Amino acid sequence: MSERFLVEAVNDALHAEMERDPSVLVMGEDVGRLGGVFRATAGLQERFGESRCVDTPLAEAGILGTAVGLCMAGWRPVVEMQYDAFSYPSLEQLINHVGRYHWRTRGTMIFPLTIRMPYGGGVRAPELHDDSPETYYVHTPGVKVAIPSTPADAKGLLTAAIRDPDPVVVFEPKLHYRSAKADVPDGEHVVPLGEARVVREGTDVTLIAYGAMVPVAERAATVLEGEASCEVLDLRSLKPLDEEALLGSVARTGRAVVIQEAPRVAGFGAEVAAVLAEKAIFDLQGPVLRVTGYDVPYPYWQIEDAYMPSVERVVDAVRRLLATS
Amino acid sequence: MSLVLPAEGGLRRVIGDGADLPDGRVDGLTTEDLLGLYRNLVLLRTYDERSVVYHRQGRIGTYAIFWNHEAMQAGSAFALEERDWIFPSYRESAIGLLRGIPASTILSWWRGHPSGWWSPKEYNVASICVPIGTHVSHAVGLAWGSSLKGEDRVAVAYFGDGATSEGSFHEGATFAGVMNAPAILFCNNNQWAISTPVSAQTAAPTLADKAIGYGMPGVRVDGGDVLAVYEATREAVERARTGGGPTFIEAVTYRAAPHATADDPSSYIDQERVDAERANECVGRYAAYLARLGVLSDDQSQEIKDEALELMRAGIEAAEAEPQADIGLVFEHAYAAPPPGLADDLAELRRVLGE
Repeated sequence: MSERFLVEAVNDALHAEMERDPSVLVMGEDVGRLGGVFRATAGLQERFGESRCVDTPLAEAGILGTAVGLCMAGWRPVVEMQYDAFSYPSLEQLINHVGRYHWRTRGTMIFPLTIRMPYGGGVRAPELHDDSPETYYVHTPGVKVAIPSTPADAKGLLTAAIRDPDPVVVFEPKLHYRSAKADVPDGEHVVPLGEARVVREGTDVTLIAYGAMVPVAERAATVLEGEASCEVLDLRSLKPLDEEALLGSVARTGRAVVIQEAPRVAGFGAEVAAVLAEKAIFDLQGPVLRVTGYDVPYPYWQIEDAYMPSVERVVDAVRRLLATS
Repeated sequence: MSLVLPAEGGLRRVIGDGADLPDGRVDGLTTEDLLGLYRNLVLLRTYDERSVVYHRQGRIGTYAIFWNHEAMQAGSAFALEERDWIFPSYRESAIGLLRGIPASTILSWWRGHPSGWWSPKEYNVASICVPIGTHVSHAVGLAWGSSLKGEDRVAVAYFGDGATSEGSFHEGATFAGVMNAPAILFCNNNQWAISTPVSAQTAAPTLADKAIGYGMPGVRVDGGDVLAVYEATREAVERARTGGGPTFIEAVTYRAAPHATADDPSSYIDQERVDAERANECVGRYAAYLARLGVLSDDQSQEIKDEALELMRAGIEAAEAEPQADIGLVFEHAYAAPPPGLADDLAELRRVLGE
């Protein structure tokens, strides 16, 4: 075990996987000489050379498109998108090819690429450095999505993503890149995709969250102590989704509040609510509530906190739910 | 990096016109090679003409016609080794015939049957790329990735004039230059993107002029002259193999057939130009060249055409004999390691269908 920041755990996973598998190649904007704008790839180019930690042109569709070709040549590329919203030009490749090419070859070729990117707001940054675009990715067939909330999971999920035979997108909560150190297992550490984590057990309501919303849910649960017993479930992986853990928790508590930083409409919270409506309706004692970002452009950073799902909004949702059920 | 010169203005030609313009020769091609090229041209031409018929008969679906594009495809592919990769667009759907992909497989692709989706690594022919220009970066990635592994492989991406307006083309070409990838960007400029003329795609004097911006040589060749295409591609392959990086080839022709079976070009195309092009189409031009050389007799030519016709007859028969695909294939291969919900979806679908 070592105490590490989340971004250091990412770096640790990259070092370990590049050491273990010579076909792993890291590529992206500023990942090499600089070591990434957040230093997630620091030291990789010195250790593994310029051909395995590649500084690319500023061309996200080209980065992801060449990564598809690299897979065909037998590489296992780990692509960094510098920021959440910077990844949008690459969606053309993601939707048209990354999620489809394995199918197109009728399973005869694999495209085991990993896309990792810092995501989310609260960092007082210029426009389009704050988005939570997971819905675009999770809605794309053929693509898996993981979102860690702790340093240990950041390492374990990224390791699982790199080893997975399918394309996996890992969103890293940039707000928590250096917010607090936590224990991270040394050496090999894999958190399988599709396994949620019960962060805190409770009996009255399940707070369902992922990424940067997990600490918000935890703080809300603390505020509500003595008033409501909150279970906090960290999904960790949006696809595959751990339905068993989700349904099991709601069966115990009978109430669910889903928390998501992304805009509300058709966000992943809606998927969670739909799964609960289809499969847990008789366990539910009240409506499934969502606490989310709003259907607006991510706001000016001086007032961005008003957009973000806050502890207060989660506490309010739980109180409303308990009052009606 | 190779020296980048301004793109060529005129079109490279080898085949003469049988009158004032004399025939040239390509060094290193044997009589057998010359006949092999003809066989490939006829195979592609026959595939295309029969496909239009099959479409009209309702035996294949919508089909992208490549009539008079055969010289660009056969000429360039002839300059490659088996280990080199081909990245076709839908306009080159049948180029895999030249690598041994059965006609029935490609016909099945146009019939929407799963047996039409071949394994690219079996033939070193990538899947047919439908979204315009998006496969340029795939070819570049494969070429770059192969060279990183010390493998001697060239990759060719085929695309049309319209594709050069796409951001994907720009980003792929940028990577090709920066990574010094052993890649060839082969543009079949047939001067039309459905109804949009090339003059509406770019203000550049030629498409090959774009190459200099990516740090690679741009060459222009008569797309109806199979030998000129072969020679230009051979030169590009040689440059790629010897560490000289990528080349942009602009092969110029004129689209003398509809964009696809669903298109009616009569409202936008220059019919006189089409007629002239049809009278000077690429397979006939090459046959006349071979005849002037005394290499191809009428009997031989007929034999080659009959062979190709037979291959297509057997191909469509085999494609039509494919059993109805199991609905499990809707789900299969969406993932290498599928999320658990997909198996439930298939089970439910089978139950509803009473299977």
